[in-house]
Amino acid sequence: MRTHYEITESPLSLDALVERVTDPSSGAVATFTGTTRNSFMSKAVQYLEYEAYAPLAEQVLGEIGTEIAARWPSVAAVAIAHRVGRVEIGEASVIVVVSAPHRREALAACAYGIDRLKAVLPVWKKEVLADGKVWRENAPVDRTGEVERGGEPP
Amino acid sequence: MTGMEAYRILLFGPAREAVGAGATTVELAHPATAGAAIAALAASHPALAPLLPHSRVAVNHSYVDAVARLEPGDEIAIIPPVGGG
Repeated sequence: MRTHYEITESPLSLDALVERVTDPSSGAVATFTGTTRNSFMSKAVQYLEYEAYAPLAEQVLGEIGTEIAARWPSVAAVAIAHRVGRVEIGEASVIVVVSAPHRREALAACAYGIDRLKAVLPVWKKEVLADGKVWRENAPVDRTGEVERGGEPP
Repeated sequence: MTGMEAYRILLFGPAREAVGAGATTVELAHPATAGAAIAALAASHPALAPLLPHSRVAVNHSYVDAVARLEPGDEIAIIPPVGGG
């Protein structure tokens, strides 16, 4: 399984990541893009700032790829990119792209990729509001992944 | 022989902000563990205390549990609750 991982300050390109996973054996390319929202629980967000512990993040992305390869051996390629630094509203903060011969595996592996990333990737998000800044943790359900996997432990 | 050694600990996100620095140092008795580092941080940096029970520890680019051994020179990091994706 081919892999490509990026932690970058540059704007993310879905097209570039899709091109990386495109494979003659793949009939399916599944993509997930996480974009910044302009509000959280009715407070207006002006922009976001992301911070990463890059060496650990690269290791963790590699482990997520290994997990995907083990669970969906038909997956041909995985690409995951996370933005760091300032991200404006509406811009992509994370992209997960998976190619596989068939759509069931591509979609499942893509969903798994973003679920695991939200649980374990050493990245932190600060929301900049009109009246201050707040570090926003992922929800506990995201950290355990239990809902997404129907109760299975991570 | 005091058996205490200095361990440098990297801080990220809200932990970095709470301390006002990207790294700090704690003194730990040998043999040192990740759990001991957390306890030492809570004692020396009360501003970190609310975050630490929910934080993980990484050593040399791998997550570890509380009983993991630390050696001076290890790259130790506090990983507060994450917010990626």
